Parts: sequence; C-alpha cells; structure tokens
Amino acid sequence: MDVFSFLYLIPLIPFAGFAINGLLRNYLSKSGAAFIGSAAVFISFMLSVMVFVNVLKPEFQTQIIHYFDFLNFGNISIEFGFQIDQLTSIFLLIITGVGFLIHLYSAAYMHEETTASFARFFAYLNLFIFSMLLLVMGSNFLVMFMGWEGVGLCSYLLIGFWFKDPENNKAANKAFIMNRIGDVGFLLAMFWIMAQFGTLSYDTLFNGDNAALLQQTADTTFLIGVTLLLLIGATGKSAQIPLYTWLPDAMAGPTPVSALIHAATMVTAGIYMIARSNLLFAMTPFTLTVIAVIGIATALLAALIALKQNDIKKVLAYSTVSQLGYMFLALGVGAFSAAVFHVMTHAFFKALLFLGAGSVIHAVGGEQDIMQMGGLGKKMKVTFSTFLIATIAIAGIPPFSGFFSKDEILLAAFNSNPVLFVLGVAGALLTAIYMFRLVALTFTGSYRGTYDKNKIHESPALITFPLIVLGILSLVGGWIGIPELFMKDGNRLEHFLDPIFAQAHKILPASHVAHQTEWMLMGVSTVLVIIASVWSYIFYKRSKEDKTGNKFALAMRNKFYVDELYDVIVVKPVMWISKIFELVVDRRVIDGFVNGVGKAVVYGSRQLRLLQSGQVGSYILLMVLGLMALFIIQMFL
Amino acid sequence: MEIKWYLFLALALFVLGITGVLTRRNSIIIFMCIELMLNAVNLLLIAFSKMHLTNANAFSGSVATSGQIFVFFIMIVAAAEVSVGLAIIVMYFRNTRSVDINFLNRLKN
Repeated sequence: MDVFSFLYLIPLIPFAGFAINGLLRNYLSKSGAAFIGSAAVFISFMLSVMVFVNVLKPEFQTQIIHYFDFLNFGNISIEFGFQIDQLTSIFLLIITGVGFLIHLYSAAYMHEETTASFARFFAYLNLFIFSMLLLVMGSNFLVMFMGWEGVGLCSYLLIGFWFKDPENNKAANKAFIMNRIGDVGFLLAMFWIMAQFGTLSYDTLFNGDNAALLQQTADTTFLIGVTLLLLIGATGKSAQIPLYTWLPDAMAGPTPVSALIHAATMVTAGIYMIARSNLLFAMTPFTLTVIAVIGIATALLAALIALKQNDIKKVLAYSTVSQLGYMFLALGVGAFSAAVFHVMTHAFFKALLFLGAGSVIHAVGGEQDIMQMGGLGKKMKVTFSTFLIATIAIAGIPPFSGFFSKDEILLAAFNSNPVLFVLGVAGALLTAIYMFRLVALTFTGSYRGTYDKNKIHESPALITFPLIVLGILSLVGGWIGIPELFMKDGNRLEHFLDPIFAQAHKILPASHVAHQTEWMLMGVSTVLVIIASVWSYIFYKRSKEDKTGNKFALAMRNKFYVDELYDVIVVKPVMWISKIFELVVDRRVIDGFVNGVGKAVVYGSRQLRLLQSGQVGSYILLMVLGLMALFIIQMFL
Repeated sequence: MEIKWYLFLALALFVLGITGVLTRRNSIIIFMCIELMLNAVNLLLIAFSKMHLTNANAFSGSVATSGQIFVFFIMIVAAAEVSVGLAIIVMYFRNTRSVDINFLNRLKN
C-alpha cells in the first residue's frame, strides 16, 4: 500500500478531530474529547512513521502530490499540493510524535476545566496540529503560508484560552500582532518571488540543476530583498530580535500549550522556512551574516535575561528564545542540517522541560515562582529525574542529545568566524548556569512555599508517561548525529538530509577544520560547560535569597526594559496616530462628508420645492422655456 | 410677394400669442391667445404652400397641397380643444365664481 496516496489523511484526521471536538463540545464527555483528540494525532503519527520508513529507502525520490490548482494561466501557476522529502518527514515525526505525547499530558493536566472548555482545548490543539502539518507538507510557499497563518491563529486561541482574564487576552494579542508584523515580510517576499518567477513551488524554484533560482543572473537586489523579507517573517514566528517579546508573555497560556507551540513546533516554523529555501539564502551571503548575528545576539540576550527570572515558565520561555537563536546561528553559518538537528533535540528536551514545569506547578497548587518552591525532588522523583535529564541535555553535556546538536552548531560557527564560536560557548555557559539554577531552586533544598507540604505528590501516569518518553528521547535522540569524529559513517542525520541541502552546499564554502582542532574545541567547550553546570547547581542549592544587587542584575530581571522600549517607540506613536485619525479624520472629515451629503440633499429639496408654487402661469412659463432650450440645443448639436 | 413678410407676420402673431398665454390672468383671454398661436401657424403653412406652388417644379404638387390639408387638421384640433377647454372653464367658474387662474394654486407644495 502506497502511503503517499493517503497523504492527505495526515492533516485531514486532526482537522476532523478539531471539527468533532469543536462542534460537539457540549455533548462529549471529557474522556471522549481527550480520546478523539489524542487518537487523531496518533493516527497521523502512525502515518508519519510509514512515510518515514518509505523515505529511508535508498531508492526514494521526492514525492510531490498535486491536488488542485488555485491559479493557472499564462506563466503563472499556483497549485495546492504536498511535497514529501527528507526534511518534511523529520518534521512530520517531530510534530505528530511530540504532539501526541502532549495530547496525553493535556488529558490529565486540564482535567479541572469544564467539559465544554476541555473539548474546546483539544479542538484547538488539533487545529494547531493540522495547521502545522500543512505548513511542513506544502509544496509551495502559498500552502506553507496557509499553515503559517493557521498556527499563528491557534497560538492566539490557545494563549488566550482562559479568556476571562484580560491579561491573557493581552498576551494573546501581542503574540498574534507581532506574528503579523513578520507575516508582512513573508507576504512581500512571496509577491516578489511570484513577480520574478511566476511560481511559488519549491520544485520549480529550488530543485536540481534546472532550478529557476539558479538561472537567476546574480540579481542581488532581488536576492537580498527577498531573503531579508523572509527573514523578517522568520523572526516574527521564531521569536528572534526584534520580534521576540511575545514569547515570554505567551506563558500566560496553559503549560501544554507552551510545550507544544512555543517549544517544539510553531517557533520552529521559521527555521523550517529558511531550511526549505536554503538555496535562496546560500546565494546571499549578506543575509546569512545578518541571520548569524541576529541569532547569536538573541541567544546571548535571552540567556542573560533568563538568569534572573523567577517564574519557572518565564525562564523556560527565554531559554526557548535563546535556543532558537542558536538555530538561527546555525542557519547563518550555512550549517542547515545542524539547525534541523537542533530543532529535533530541542523539541525533545524543551517539551520535556515545559511538561515537567507543568507537573511541578500542578503539584504546588498553581504556584509558578521558583522562590516559593524547593525540595520537590524528594516527593516527585519521576518529574525530578526527567527534568534533570532535560537540563543536562540542554546544557550540552555528552552523551545527551543536546551535546551533539549544539556541538555541531558551534563547530560550524568556528569554521565561519571564531568570534561566533566564542560567543556561542559563552551562551552555552549561561544556558548551563540558568538551567541548573532552575533545577536547584525548584527541586533541591527545602520547601520555601506556603502550600501544604503533605499535598505535594507525584503527578498521575498520563503526565509522567510523556515525561519518561521524552526523557529517553532527550538522552538518545542525539545519537543519530554523532559526528564522524567519534565513529566512522557517523552523522547519519546530515547524510540523510543531504539531498535537501546539496545545492546550497555546492555554493557555500566547505568546512575545513582539522580533526585535532575539532577535538580541542569540543573538549574545551564541554569541560567549561560541565564546570559551569556543577558550580551553578551547588551554588543555588544553598542559596536562600534572591539578590539583585547591582544595576545590571536589575536590568536582567527587568528583561533589559525591551518591552518598555517598544512601548515608547512603537505602541505609543501608533496609539497617538490612531487617536488623531479618530478625532480629525474620522469625526471631522469623513463624518462631515457623509453628513454633508445629507444636508445638501435636504437643502436642495427645500429649494426645489419652491418651484411648485401652484401658479399655473409659472408652470406654463417653465414649459415654454424648456421647449425653447430643447430647440436651441438641437440646433447646435 | 416675398415669403419673408409672411414669416415675420406669423412670427409676430405667434410671439404675441405666447406672451399672452404667459402673462394674462383671465383664462378666457389665455384661450384666445392659444387660438392666436394656432392661427399664426396656419398662416405660415398656407404661405409656404403657395410658395411651393408658384416657385418651382422641384417640390411642386404633393408637398404644397399637403400643407393646405394640414391646415384643415389644425383647425379641427383647435375646435375640439376649444370645446373641451371651455367646458373646463365653465366648471371652474361654477366652483370659484371667477376665471382668474391664480386661484388654481391648490397644487402648491
């Protein structure tokens, strides 16, 4: 059975789940809704596994399945279709796999909701999975954009899930609006590509030696323009400087949402987009530099802020922004498969971290301030151990998964520019420090909070099972990318993704780092990270108070006042302009115009009424005058 | 006799008729002025008919005589119109005891 003829089922079944849960939410039971939602994603996961098995076969060719045309005339054609290749299949597995685990988790985590609300949650989750699948499976930029918008919408719906609290609504608005700003860039890029080539399809643009893009005679305006616009779109979706401030605020949503959307999937859409258009970016070294700079800057900025945050989810949010910065850094130095690798490992350990945080929050009755926690490790062994595994992974300590992906990125960075390597290692150290700070303050020491200690217990199986699975993946997930340094024939992931990035690699300068240098770099960074981790753990295990001594620490605590800066630069002027428009343009000009038309009609009618004097004589006079006028006109025309 | 004299006469009569219709208040006088206009047109038609008959063979025959026949039609129409119009004035007089047209202003506004 050829799974590719059933490809449409992969997004369709979650969509059906959304429809059922959404429409029947007042009639389903909680377990019913949870079952429908989870089963839908599970079926998609099974289908994705079948797709992956097919993709692994050596004779596999990229499959493009065309469903129907939106537009097809002249040399313009836009169609609706799916493209399955190695890149797509990896993302499919991540989305459906991690998504399924999070659905299971949500069934337990959201059990305090009313039944209708519970079903609504699962409906939104399924809609999100549907949109994300559309995004990665699309065969052209338009289908990707449809999914892109869809995930933005679902992000809004899910962040503002508890909509009775206005703060949540504000956070949801912020996320959606910032996404939208990025979308303008994406749209403009699509228009430009369309104008230049008449098609948005990946196959025509990027594939093989006849790729339309290669026919392009180094038109740098086009290349730089389009890539920068696409980058703006990616920074909006993947929370890079300057459009990252929505992500920490998005923590207002339920924790499974943070895990799914803001750790594992939606925020990786930008990475996917750039990886998909890698040929375009490889031809534009300028933009690649910009991407690398933005990436490392974001990585460092977010890491510094995370160091001084006290809300467990905010730390993880800034950690996500920081890790996304690393992925952007990888893209910027041309290491596309390293970026995808990091997407994968990050999905595992970040989802695990968020789910673990949710488990903790649940256990202490909704408290999110880590200064009010402590000593939870003894009571919540599974949560503690999996959280610890994820922390070791994110710090980048071998043999856990994060080490391999981060190391590959750092190596590529060194190859491009040693300064990037140094900054990258600095970021890795900060990551280790704030993550172990988080673990220590939450799980070790003694409990500092006010919740009844006897009520704190480990979470139910539906919560711990996903934690365990993700824990195993965080441990072994990196082994598909073991560099050639360690074993011959290693780095399976990079070879697997070779067909996607082949063209780009032909253009970009090849990497040429001697094995000894590689060992040394790896060794140095690993040792430093281990030292930092251990120091941080011990230091914060004993720490009792929360210090913000000097001004710099205060700035870190307050997110470097970036939100306030945006408020002054963007929000206030926009509100001011809008107020002017309301008072002047809307009230005086437009209302004046509309009311004026009304007034003119009344005035005119009053004047015309005077004609009807009732005097027969004047009627006859007017008749005669009219007749004369007709004759005269007839004579002259 | 040149045609232009007849033209001027007919024109003068017609204009007098119009002025009368527009200016006078007595509806019977207005009727007389309408008759005057019709007669001015009749005069014009006869004059042109005679002109065609005496002048040349280009137009000759049928055009000229149809002008005179048309005059008959106009007279018939005038007669019918007068009878109806006078009947209306009589009714009007019976209602308002006057023939002043300014009392017709019930159509006002």
